Amino acid sequence: MFGFLLKRFGLLIPTFLGVTLAAFSFVRILPGDPVLLMAGERGVTPERHAQLLEQFGFDRPLYVQYFDYLFSALRGDLGQSLVTKRPVWDEFFTLFPATFELSICAIIFALVIGLPIGMLAAIKRGTWFDQSLMGAALVGYSMPIFWWGLLLIILFSGTLGWTPVSGRISLLYYFPNVTGLMLVDSLLSGQKGAFASAVSHLILPTIVLGTIPLAVIARQTRSAMLEVLNEDYVRTARAKGLSAKRVIGVHALRNAMIPVITTIGLQVGVLMAGAILTETIFSWPGIGKWLIDSISRRDYPSVQGGLLMIAVIIMFVNLVVDLLYGLINPRIRHKG
Amino acid sequence: MTDQVISTDPEVNDAPQSGLASFWFYFSENKGAVVGLCFFVAICLIAVFADFVAPHAPNQQYRDFFLVPPVWQEGGSWQFILGTDAVGRDMLSRLIHGSRFSLFVGIIVVVGAVTVGVTIGLIVGYVGGALDTLVMRLMDIILAFPSLLLALVLVAVLGPSLTNAIIAIAIIQQPHYVRLTRAAVLGEREKDYVTAARLAGVGPIRLMFRTILPNCMAPLIVQAALSFSTAILDAAALGFLGMGAQPPTPEWGTMLAEAREFILRAWWVVTLPGLAILMTVLAINLMGDGLRDALDPKLKRS
Repeated sequence: MFGFLLKRFGLLIPTFLGVTLAAFSFVRILPGDPVLLMAGERGVTPERHAQLLEQFGFDRPLYVQYFDYLFSALRGDLGQSLVTKRPVWDEFFTLFPATFELSICAIIFALVIGLPIGMLAAIKRGTWFDQSLMGAALVGYSMPIFWWGLLLIILFSGTLGWTPVSGRISLLYYFPNVTGLMLVDSLLSGQKGAFASAVSHLILPTIVLGTIPLAVIARQTRSAMLEVLNEDYVRTARAKGLSAKRVIGVHALRNAMIPVITTIGLQVGVLMAGAILTETIFSWPGIGKWLIDSISRRDYPSVQGGLLMIAVIIMFVNLVVDLLYGLINPRIRHKG
Repeated sequence: MTDQVISTDPEVNDAPQSGLASFWFYFSENKGAVVGLCFFVAICLIAVFADFVAPHAPNQQYRDFFLVPPVWQEGGSWQFILGTDAVGRDMLSRLIHGSRFSLFVGIIVVVGAVTVGVTIGLIVGYVGGALDTLVMRLMDIILAFPSLLLALVLVAVLGPSLTNAIIAIAIIQQPHYVRLTRAAVLGEREKDYVTAARLAGVGPIRLMFRTILPNCMAPLIVQAALSFSTAILDAAALGFLGMGAQPPTPEWGTMLAEAREFILRAWWVVTLPGLAILMTVLAINLMGDGLRDALDPKLKRS
């Protein structure tokens, strides 16, 4: 197991270097001079220009600049936001809990509904029940989620008035930021109604962000189940007289879960991309909204830092998924 | 050769080993796929003949008719069947013209990504060695970023426009083709028919494109249908975020972005463009499922 871990970790290094190189090149391939870009519309005098060029080290050879960037990034120094003048690292981790909370809720929502749907569809394969569930899953998979969010707002916030339109919690409540997760903090604060307010703000964004993962998980679970239900050992288990519940719940499900876990891991990228759209629609103060704001404000250090951090998070989650995979399935561990 | 790969019309494409009839037999077994195909053909026709089908010009503003509701609602009129938007433009005409942009994005992205991706995949799969390692690591890096995020950043670099959105989406799509083609080539390269062709004196270019490629087509066609719908969704998302087609272009995502502030006042300006996106993407995905069932021999039985 240790060898497998080491090997898997080693594979990350070239990808990490590549990702830093991509984030580094991002600012360099922007048309124009980096100092002028940072100065924005105000412009700079030629003397100040030369001074800034030296201060930021843009006059050094590119490979020196890259290694400088790489080692700063490894120390957690991602530069400074041009707009707020705060370190990008701090900005990122102030906003990250909001996105984290939303993503976790979305993936739980997707799993809780997607897994049973996929299993039921596989068991009732070919019936109208299966067909309508899979039809619904395909609609979910084809959904432009930014439109889906607007529809839900029209229905639940506009017409029915059940849920708030935007934000993470009602302005009526104020409590200290302990974990950055609104659900936990509102409970810790002990204020009446704070938790309910946090939940009501979370519901629509969770549904919107979870829709595509839900559809993917349902489809994947169904096909994995179908594959497994055809296997000899499932037939043997049935022939031994085990109850259908036990055959499906224990024998089939455990093996069907292996491809499903990979699928869940792959959803992290989908969630991050979806977060950009979901957070924009619901004015959710997370990194997705921060990134799109930074892009439109031309705050390049923030975009660069955010790009790198998201790629690193995705790499990390994929690593965890691979390790989990190795734990569940010893064949992979030994082959690796 | 490229024509064969990029065409998404399943009647033109065919599984290499089996005839058209056998393909249609499997494809038409999937009723959803047939419905998707019919819908897709209808959208294509509407897009081609948009100038004749649309009752009004897409950017014509009728100053006396702001936010007129659709015909079946109180206050609607037959003059504007699906109502008008905030500056008095006919929704139906804009939606009809919008289909051109979505299909255009899909076609260009698929053509671009397939041409580049398949060529790279064939070469690295055939040549192997250091080139293979280098290119595949590069593809891994592109795939390490969420696609929409990478597209956003590329558009931020290139400047927001529909053309740049198409370029960005094509760039993030092509690693999938490189991987698929490479994997298929690695599987085929050592087979007897390739060795036979090589012994018969077939040159490397012909060997790659004429001998090996036709036998790797099935997964590529399925992937093409998938990236066609993803491209439409991503382009609409970029338009919605203000990073794709710019107003007053009647692109569906851009129309949604413009309509956002009327969300609680005029449901039709928000609902209809999104519905158009959903229906188009759904039709293509239905077709994609049918293509997979018909072309992928491994899944044929299920």
